[in-house]
Order: sequence, then C-alpha cells, then structure tokens
Amino acid sequence: MSALSYIFAGAFVAATILLVFGLARKIVQYARTPAPLKIPTTPAPTTTSGVVVRMASEVVLFNSLFKSNKWIWIFGWMFHFSLLLAFFRHLRYIVPPESFLWPLVSMQIVQAAGKYAGLAMLIGLAGLFVRRIVVDRVRYISSPSDYLMLILIFSIAATGVLMSFYARDVDIVQLKAFALGLLYFDWQPLPESGLLITHLALVLILMVIFPISKLLHAPGVFFSPTRNQVDNPREKRHLAPWAAKLEEGNG
Amino acid sequence: MADFETPEIKEYPVIPHIKLGVMSHSKPFLSKEEFQEPLGYPGELVDDWQEKAYAKMEELLGKYRSFRVYLDSCVKCGACTDKCHYYLGTEDANNMPVARQDLLRRVYRRKFTFAGKYFPKLVGAVDLTKEVLEEWYSYFHQCSQCRRCSVYCPYGIDTAEISMAAREIMDSIGMGQKYCNEIIGKVFKIGNNLGLPEPALADTLEGLEEEVEDDTGVPVKFPLDQKGADILLVTPSADFFAEPHVDGLIGYAKVFHQAGLSWTLSSHASEAANFGMFIGSYENMRRISVRIREAAEELGVKRIVFGECGHAWRVAYSFLNTLAGPFDFLDPNYPVPQHICEVTYDLIQRGVIKFDKSENDHMTLTYHDSCNVARASRMGDEPGGQFRIPREIIKACCNNFVDMPSDTIGEATFCCGGGGGLLTDDLMEIRVKGALPRMQALKHVVENHGVTHMAAICAICKSQFTKVIPYYGFTMDQIVSVHQLVSEAIILDGADTDDDGDSGDEE
Repeated sequence: MSALSYIFAGAFVAATILLVFGLARKIVQYARTPAPLKIPTTPAPTTTSGVVVRMASEVVLFNSLFKSNKWIWIFGWMFHFSLLLAFFRHLRYIVPPESFLWPLVSMQIVQAAGKYAGLAMLIGLAGLFVRRIVVDRVRYISSPSDYLMLILIFSIAATGVLMSFYARDVDIVQLKAFALGLLYFDWQPLPESGLLITHLALVLILMVIFPISKLLHAPGVFFSPTRNQVDNPREKRHLAPWAAKLEEGNG
Repeated sequence: MADFETPEIKEYPVIPHIKLGVMSHSKPFLSKEEFQEPLGYPGELVDDWQEKAYAKMEELLGKYRSFRVYLDSCVKCGACTDKCHYYLGTEDANNMPVARQDLLRRVYRRKFTFAGKYFPKLVGAVDLTKEVLEEWYSYFHQCSQCRRCSVYCPYGIDTAEISMAAREIMDSIGMGQKYCNEIIGKVFKIGNNLGLPEPALADTLEGLEEEVEDDTGVPVKFPLDQKGADILLVTPSADFFAEPHVDGLIGYAKVFHQAGLSWTLSSHASEAANFGMFIGSYENMRRISVRIREAAEELGVKRIVFGECGHAWRVAYSFLNTLAGPFDFLDPNYPVPQHICEVTYDLIQRGVIKFDKSENDHMTLTYHDSCNVARASRMGDEPGGQFRIPREIIKACCNNFVDMPSDTIGEATFCCGGGGGLLTDDLMEIRVKGALPRMQALKHVVENHGVTHMAAICAICKSQFTKVIPYYGFTMDQIVSVHQLVSEAIILDGADTDDDGDSGDEE
C-alpha cells in the first residue's frame, strides 16, 4: 500500500473526528443555550405539528428564500438538492452489498440522478458565484471566504463530474474497498487517479472547515427561534432558567 | 427646515445601488448619567470598555440562542439585502440587514471563532475598536427592529435580535441612547413615557368625558384607578393627548360604554409601551411589565386589554406571560392579555355594537400593518388574525376601504420608519428616509384608488406618520386611528341625532 493511501486513510479518520465532534459541540451548544422569549416570525404555527411543517418547508423547499428572491432560490435550491442526490449516489461506496440498503442505493435511478445532479450542482454554484460578483449589494457583503467556499465546492463537484462523464478510469471497486476499509479499520489501497485524489483532498478540507464556518447554517436552521417556536405565548408560559432566577429575588 | 433631502418617490419601487457611509453621521443623542443610572448602566463610556463589551457579548451568547445561532448561520446569500426600509430610503450599504449584522458579527468572529482568531482577513473579522463602536452606535440606531428581513431569511435570522444585543452591549459600557433610556426612567419614576403624573392624567380624562358628552350627549366614562372594574385597559400614553391617538382612546371608551363593560385605566401602569425591548434589556423590560401585573392585582380586575400600540402589543402578546406571569388570578375565559381590536371585533361579531358606516363616507381608507403586530404577534385564534381582524373592524365601520400593494402589507409590511426607539427628533433624517417605501405604497393607492386616509394601529406609527408625511406632500390629518373610525361610526344608545349636532360634529 502506498504512502499516499496511508496519508488519505489517516486524514479521513482525522477529518471525520473533527467533523463529528466539531458539529456535535456546536449542536450541544445551540441546544443548551436558552431562548428566553417567544420570537417566532408571525404568522406562525400554533401547534408543534405546524412547526414541523414550517421547518420542513424551509429545509426542503427554502420557502423564505423563495419569498425573497427567485434567482438566489433557484440557484441555491438547485445546488442543495443536487448535493442530496450526489450524496445518495455516493452511498454505493460505503454500503456493503449484503446491506438491506443496497437494493435502494444501487438502483439505476439513484445512480443516474446522482450523476446528472453533478452538472446541476455546477450550474447552481456558478449562478451563485456570478451573483456574488455582479450584484453590488451581494459583492459588498462577501468576504474572501465566501468566494473560496463556492470555489471549493465547485471544484469538488467538477472533479466528480469529470470522473463520471469523461475520465472514467477510476477503479471504483478498489475505491469501495478503500472506503469500507476506513469504516472497518482495515485499510486498503486508494486507486491511483489524480482526479480522485484531488476530489478527496478537497472533500477533506470541506469536512474540516464545516464546523468552523458558515456551513453551520445546516444545523443552525433547526435551532432558529423565529422558525422553530410555536406561537402560543398566551396559552403557555415560556420561561428560561436564567430568567426564572430573576423572579426569585423580587417576584 | 431640514439639512437633508427627502427621497423622491419614483414611479415604481426601485432597489438602489449601494452607497458607502452616507448615513454614518446619523447618531442619536448619547444618554447621560442621570438617565443611565436608574436603568443600572454606567453613566459614561467606561475605561475598559473593550473588555467589558467582549464580556457582555459572551454573556449574551450564553443567554440568547437567537444571538448565538444567528451570528454563526449567515451565509451572505443576499436575500435580505433589499428588504430593509432604511436601506431602500438611504441607499447606505450598512443599512442592508446582513451588513448591519456584520458590524457585530465581524467582532464576534474575531473574538469567539477559530477562523476569526487565526484568519481574520479571510472571514472579514475585526477587533472592537473605537471606530467600530462608533459604527455600531450609528447603524444599530438605524434599525427599527421591524423584522421584515427575518421573513425573507432562509434561516430566519432576525436583525432585531442582533441590534437589541448591540444596544444592550453599548448600554452596559455606558454608551446608551438618550431617547429610550430617559423614557424608561420616566416610566419607573412617574408611570408613563410622557411623565404625566396621576393628577394631570385624571384631569385629562375628565376633559375627555366632557368632550364626548358635549359631542354625543352620552355620558361615556373614562375611569381611572377604579377598583373592582372588570377590565384593566393599558394603553400608550400618547393616547391621552396626541392626535390622532386620542380619537382612538375615545373609540375604546365608546366601545366599552356601548357594550356595558366595566373598565378602568391605571395611574400605576399608565403606559403600554415598553422601551425595554428596544434596548434589548430583559431586566428593564421585565421591570416595566411587572407594573401591569401589580396594577391588575391592586385593582382586582378580571381581564387585561391593551390599546393600539405595535411594540407594546408584541411585548404584551409574546412576552407578558413570560415576564410578569402567570396570570392565573384573572378570568380564565379570556386570553391574557387581549388586544382592544380582539374585544371590539368580538362585540361586532356578536352584534353588541353597531355602526352607521356613512359617518366615515367622507374618507377612503387604507390600513398600515404595524411591524410588531404583523410579524411578532397575533390577534384571535388563527395565524394571520393580526391582519384580518383590524381590517374587518375597519370594513365594519367604513364603506370605502382599499389595501396597499400586497408586497407592502401583511407579513411584508414596511415599518413606518420611526419604530424601535428611533422616534426622536435627533434622528429625523433616518425617520424621513425610512418612511419612503410606505409613502410609495400610500401614494400608489392615493393616485390609483382615491385613498384619502391611512389607518394605523400603533402609537409610534401614528406619531411618526403625522410628522413625516408632510415631507412627502401629504397632510398630517390623513393619518387616523383604527378606533377613531370606530368612534365616528359607532351607534351609542341615547346619543343625539345628527340633526341636533348639526355642523358642529366635525372634530
């Protein structure tokens, strides 16, 4: 096994640890921070099931963004939905053939959708990038990291698309062995492909920066009080622990 | 009269190109020690203000999930950039909601995130310098906390939460805003924002009783501190004398009278407004709210009803139960608190009060949804009742009603330009410019649908509009209270007929 294989195997383990613990730390932090006041953006659902529907419409359809701006919505939604499809396609590398999931993962439709989603992802990301440069308002609020993030994900998608459509010489059987080897701590060699190595290196970077960047919007949206609170302040008293302490002294 | 230009109302609303720093000179008067101290804040900028500010920020990060999550979550997508009335009216880049948030987010990143500590340039992180603090003071007082941006944000990021936190941090290091803090002091000392003491209030109410009786022949009462009354009415103190607010107060009194409801005002809680929210201070907001509970207990009422006021209704509807509850000593058959519109609407539904709509025939009305009522509260049992109920009331007492364009009302409503603690003469420029989107929408219905008057449901909106609409070529009497319309049209038992009143009944 080559040194490069060891480096990538080690890097994947390290990056996974950083990603999982980094995200867990932020999620615990969000969950533990009280929301002392009822601040749903109204009109808001008056029941918990209503909140689930509202949150689902935000996460799945980007409802608020749709209200705001159709261009950002179409590019943003195209990118995120393609990301989901690409994720499903990639499951084939870590789902063993004997798993109950395999028939689903290996379906022609899942694999084809994931493949063409790569193209849609490039269009979505390019649209967002152009918007960031062309619209003076968005250019003003952009930091170098905002451009770099788009370039990073674009590059990941581009190398992926190149492997799927053009340079179809990556040994995916060997790649799957490498991936499953990571899961079982039985390390296997990485197929030798410049595109693959670039693709994976960029993914490693993405994993590491996820918990320390604006990608925290992914867990953040679920903790957003304006979106996840039930509109029932008159019916049910809402009191944060630190606010309750204020009442002890001078009721 | 002003050293700035009133923005021009274009044929169609346009999204302006950004300009840099054109409103950086706009700053409210600094608070002084005499106004800071009663609220528990230092009287002037403390020596180690930077460290104290960081410490306060850390404290708030631990106390408010909204603050923490919103500072992390923004992806700079741009969805909010054209949604703020202050941006549309001033074209200043820092009045884009995300840019306003970033004034604080940059400091948060520098101090509290890995990327900002080690790669500040990459993520646009900066230290809290004196210049940054001055920018905070300027631009966090160009936010009316109206939450329009939060409607459009894919993560629901609410700039109001950030601007409240920024003001709380600034207060804690001795950089408070005079207008808000002086007023809160008056509430603590005298009982209301205007500093109207009990005898003056009693006098005013007596005068109103005489006026209404002269006008209608009906002895409509305005009770004060009446123990054993069923309803405690808490209303913004502007309702006691400002125009058109007072006509709304007369409307509430006529509704209570005609429905035979027993009610009272309180001199202890003679103010519905709660500026504690504007400065982001839970403690001050709570202290102001507790007065209402105390008044309700002392007077032995069964219900609490709030008059027309936007942010007051937010604090009342969304926070009162939290801040001063539980209200289990009140009649459980009624929500606590109720909005006067909920009371009036219910009485209309049950046929208890009736109207002669022709009394309002000289007007064609439109209705301004107040930001805090629209996006931070509710009326009635159904989501969106805050839009429907006031309109149903207006339609019940007026024949001519036209809504403004749909992207300027309801949850998309534009702030009047004077909310969030900006209703002060030292901020006249931002107030006038911030009114532009609403003025644009008003002009549209005036020109295309013959609208003559705009009804409002908030004391701040009413004061702001009467002051700024002359800049846009309208007249101040075109702003009316919702309950002013009720007052004009309600049929009171035993009232003089129109013939007796002759021509003397037009204000």
